[in-house]
Amino acid sequence: MDSNSKDDHANTGLMLDIINVKKAFGELKVLKGIDLQVQRGQIVSIIGSSGSGKSTLLRSINHLETIDDGEIWLDGVRVNQPGMKGLAFENHINSVRQNMGMVFQQFNLFPHLSTMDNVRLAPMKLKGIGKSEATEFCMELLEKVGLEAKADTYPSHLSGGQKQRVAIARALAMQPKVMLFDEATSALDPELVEEVNLVMKQLASEHMTMLIVTHEMNFASEVSDHVLFMDQGVVCEQGPPEQLFSNPKEERTREFLKKHLQQQ
Amino acid sequence: MDFALMWEITPLLLKAAWITVTISVLGFILGLLVATILVMMRASAFRLIRWPARIYVSVIRGTPFFVQLLIFYYGGSAFGINLDAYTAGVLALGLNIGAYMSEAIRGSLLAVDNGQNEASRSLGFSRTQTMISIILPQAAGLMIRSLGVLAVILIKGSSLVSIISVVELTYQSQRIISSTYKPFEVFAVSAGLYLILIYGVISFVDWLYNRYTRYLSH
Repeated sequence: MDSNSKDDHANTGLMLDIINVKKAFGELKVLKGIDLQVQRGQIVSIIGSSGSGKSTLLRSINHLETIDDGEIWLDGVRVNQPGMKGLAFENHINSVRQNMGMVFQQFNLFPHLSTMDNVRLAPMKLKGIGKSEATEFCMELLEKVGLEAKADTYPSHLSGGQKQRVAIARALAMQPKVMLFDEATSALDPELVEEVNLVMKQLASEHMTMLIVTHEMNFASEVSDHVLFMDQGVVCEQGPPEQLFSNPKEERTREFLKKHLQQQ
Repeated sequence: MDFALMWEITPLLLKAAWITVTISVLGFILGLLVATILVMMRASAFRLIRWPARIYVSVIRGTPFFVQLLIFYYGGSAFGINLDAYTAGVLALGLNIGAYMSEAIRGSLLAVDNGQNEASRSLGFSRTQTMISIILPQAAGLMIRSLGVLAVILIKGSSLVSIISVVELTYQSQRIISSTYKPFEVFAVSAGLYLILIYGVISFVDWLYNRYTRYLSH
């Protein structure tokens, strides 16, 4: 079977292994064969101009987009299963997703639930954790993002930065193996960006495996172990941040960084 | 104007208004049931299930309720099913309003931002769990409003079942007029009762909506 094409995959030790992933929206080829390996505890940032495919790649990892070709492995488990259909795949993807925390640009907090309920809903319903236990550890998560005082508040009364911190706590509540950040600070007012960055830096210091799509070069250079520059659906250049930012090899990377640093 | 007559006929009309209430409530409940089935059918992955629901909604919305009612009432006997007027009235009202309700419910569900669906699915919730815990509670606020409007349309539409001799408010009014020859007075009381009924429903819907969507403001 196709899903067993790499029997030894569990032994690679990679948290994420993305092999030759392709995705098109109609005629438009958004991902033209992406390869990416993320080690356990590694922090990888993906930069690139809009339309380069970086968000699509992140969304594909969580199967919010269905890829056309290639393989996506999370900690030895194949995420996309071309042979699997219907309810079997639905059950498979639901359990795989429980191991990935996703943070969206638009926060997507559940507006009808309090901050606490936003965070504890998934562990209670999906892991069957009792209410008091869930409340306890979700309160710790809210403390971690500095929002324990807002546990009973509804999202409509939170600032953008607070919403995003709750969204991070909500994703962490499932104790994911990897956190995916899709332009987590792009929708925030400039003065609110830092509080979210701080939470992400703290996660980084705790060796959470993180894949970060971002427009913020300074943050990417500060927090990541490895940076990918994507351009027109391919990985144009990658390397450690100090090399990629200060001494890019590719002309397109240089152009992109020049344009971006001028804007900043 | 004959105020004495108006006062005199009010108890009779109140009794008939109660029939208007029960026929509308039963029609509303049946409508919700029909609408739920239609919404689920239209969300199906199979064309053979989606299409009958679409055709049903098109036919109901594309023909006058008055004609549907008559087809329903007389059509029954053509196929050897004899429905009493009250049952035929409830069925016709419910089957009609159900088609409109299904569109209102579908619209409310589609109005919930897709980011909510993605956030829920990305946590690992199934489609069904997402619908029940995330999408429906948010769509319900919108549904309350649009279903409230349909409830008002339903109550007003129930006056048409007088044509198949259900003794509701309008039918009773006509009966009283045939013995008193005072159409203005009788219809004035009748209209007043409809107004009170409908204003009651509107107030209830507003209260429910405000109560339900409190999370948006505090």
